[in-house]
Amino acid sequence: MNGQPLKPWLAPLALIGLLAVMGFVLPAYHHNNMARILVLAVFAMGYNIAFGYTGLLSLGHALFFGAGLYAAGLAINQGGVTAGLALGLGLLAGGGVALATGVLALRTAGVSFMIVTLMFAQAGYLLLLYFGAFTGGDEGFVVARTGRVLGGFDLTTDGPRYGLALGLFTLAILGQTAIVRAPFGRVMVAMRENSARAQMLGFDPFRTKLIVLVISGLYSGVAGAAYGILFGYVGASFAAIQYSILPLLWVLLGGSGTVLGPFLGVFIMFYLIDLSSSYTSAHLMVVGVALLVLVLFAPRGILGGLRKRWGTWLA
Amino acid sequence: MTAKLGSAFPNRRSVLGGMAAGSGLLAAAGAFPGFVQAQSSAPIKLGFQLHRTGIGASYGRWYQRTTQAALKLLNETGGINGRPVEVVFEDDGTDPARGAEVVGKLATQHGCDAIFGPLFSHVVIGSAPRAGELKIPYLVCSEGYHVASGMLNRWTLQPGITDVKAQVRAMAPWVTANLGKKVTMIFPDYAFGHDHRDFFTQAVKEQGGEVIAHLAIPPTETSFTRYMPQIPAETEVLYHVMVGPAVLTFVKELGEFYGNGPRPEIFGFIDSLEAVNLASPGLEFLEGTHFWEGHCRNQQPDASVDETFYRAAVGVDATGASLADARDISTYSHMFSTWETLFVIKAGMEAAGYQGPKDRQSFVEAIEAMTTLPASRAHPQGDKIFNGKTHQVFGHQSISKVTGGQLMRVYQTSIAQGQYPDAVDYTQQSF
Repeated sequence: MNGQPLKPWLAPLALIGLLAVMGFVLPAYHHNNMARILVLAVFAMGYNIAFGYTGLLSLGHALFFGAGLYAAGLAINQGGVTAGLALGLGLLAGGGVALATGVLALRTAGVSFMIVTLMFAQAGYLLLLYFGAFTGGDEGFVVARTGRVLGGFDLTTDGPRYGLALGLFTLAILGQTAIVRAPFGRVMVAMRENSARAQMLGFDPFRTKLIVLVISGLYSGVAGAAYGILFGYVGASFAAIQYSILPLLWVLLGGSGTVLGPFLGVFIMFYLIDLSSSYTSAHLMVVGVALLVLVLFAPRGILGGLRKRWGTWLA
Repeated sequence: MTAKLGSAFPNRRSVLGGMAAGSGLLAAAGAFPGFVQAQSSAPIKLGFQLHRTGIGASYGRWYQRTTQAALKLLNETGGINGRPVEVVFEDDGTDPARGAEVVGKLATQHGCDAIFGPLFSHVVIGSAPRAGELKIPYLVCSEGYHVASGMLNRWTLQPGITDVKAQVRAMAPWVTANLGKKVTMIFPDYAFGHDHRDFFTQAVKEQGGEVIAHLAIPPTETSFTRYMPQIPAETEVLYHVMVGPAVLTFVKELGEFYGNGPRPEIFGFIDSLEAVNLASPGLEFLEGTHFWEGHCRNQQPDASVDETFYRAAVGVDATGASLADARDISTYSHMFSTWETLFVIKAGMEAAGYQGPKDRQSFVEAIEAMTTLPASRAHPQGDKIFNGKTHQVFGHQSISKVTGGQLMRVYQTSIAQGQYPDAVDYTQQSF
């Protein structure tokens, strides 16, 4: 720990405060968008913990997000559980699937790890299609409205939805800050920078990376569960490869290995698509050009570049 | 959460309300130029959830053209309740997550009175909950059995096109009576294909026929050669519903498998070949085979005046190609649904005396009260029966035979052949 223990918390706390205020003033469309962004930012933070801080370049995180999404949605529709329990099941499903994947995939590293995680995610996606009678296949299903109530609050309405999204985001970002500031966070960074040297110093790379992947899976799983419960739809497209690539792009855009980067990446990407798609059918090209500009002028991501210039307190 | 904090803290609604009240006071003081327009003369704004990009892009291109043609006619003939109509198109990328966002954007940012237009089932299912939350009428042009099954909500209706369950039920009697009773089905191994598998298998059984083999093709498959030997030799009818780019490979390989030898009768869904030229290399094998069509791509000798008018209005020639570019083949079998849905919106709003969003519920109730939709310029595909309880419309289906590279209708079903018992009564659900 450094000599200024409060400093790393200032930026996330300020962001949480700003988001809380925005919850009262944003117009309806952006209010709902922000709730989506907050949930997806939790997913992105999970990815950031694995990739940004530990160097685990996964292309399989759609599997963890999808596990949480389907665990919550099926538990509500088939089991009649409450939203709170469904969120917990989503969390556990994401973590459990990440554990099972990690035990096998972490026997590889680098490009091999990327390919193995991609294969696991594709297998999961195809299983969802194969068991369409149970999962709704490619069409998916609508989450029962009765399961979208938490503590008496109707999550189909804007205020409670935003409140739960912000609550999850708050826990996630504070949790992420705590993890990366803890001694274990230093070990994560050591694994990213030089796994062999960290092992020589007595740290077990497999164990460390497995713990990180499980934490990442927990984040992804609860984000998936929250997405299904808050927005009322569960579908296989959320478990497709697109949702493995998106968190990578969000983190790269916002700033890999930064606390606020995942949120910023999701926010910018969301509105880049939202605004550009109103004007051109080539909105994905706009995203591509933005990423190219980023690679050329801010290879560490937006906050990565700013942090380098203005100090670590920023992100 | 805001409800419990309401007494101690301002909630979003009260803050926005306060800001709006402040703006109102400024406007009253002359700070802003006055903008007063009689509500009755302001345009009615409709949102169109468009598959402009993604897997549905070829449909989206034609759905937009069809809607613009219908809108032109609508405004030329007095709009809705004498008010002009605007349509705002927003791309949903044929993606359910983006679809729900687009519904929100059209409703809350553009201030649309109603939303219509999406075709792809997963987009409809992903977006309908948001439409229900926003309490905005959502009129879909999909074919899946998700509206009539009761999966969605009271704000979601399908008044422009018959669903797949009704389509296959309507055609099964003709298929079994004219092509054969022993059927082998080849279908994509996901929900769209499963709908066909389940509904057609049942319908064939009811006609005294039998589906003797189901060949489910995984969605990742790019070559189909290894599936061909699995077609039982006693097959009398081969039923195929392959979709996407792989369909060209599928037909080509099917042709290579049978060569010039005897083959079973072949019956397919035109969904496979919407926006595809039947004269494309490799599709010669389709000569003499049959297809379901929602609306006949090739102009038929008995085409009605309304159908002829519609064809010219949307810019399609007698073969189904664009008048502007003969290489641009339309999605003729499906795209009438957007035209007809727009005119159902007109009829519903006029019946409800629609003035603004406060009348949305009355508008939905007005559509629910509809029963018969007579063939007309508003319904060029033909007359229809709307079931207000299930929010689903039922129309005639066509079976066409590829003859000289043209799709010529050999049979048209009655509406009653497609109707089935209600699975839901949306009118008993609350808004």
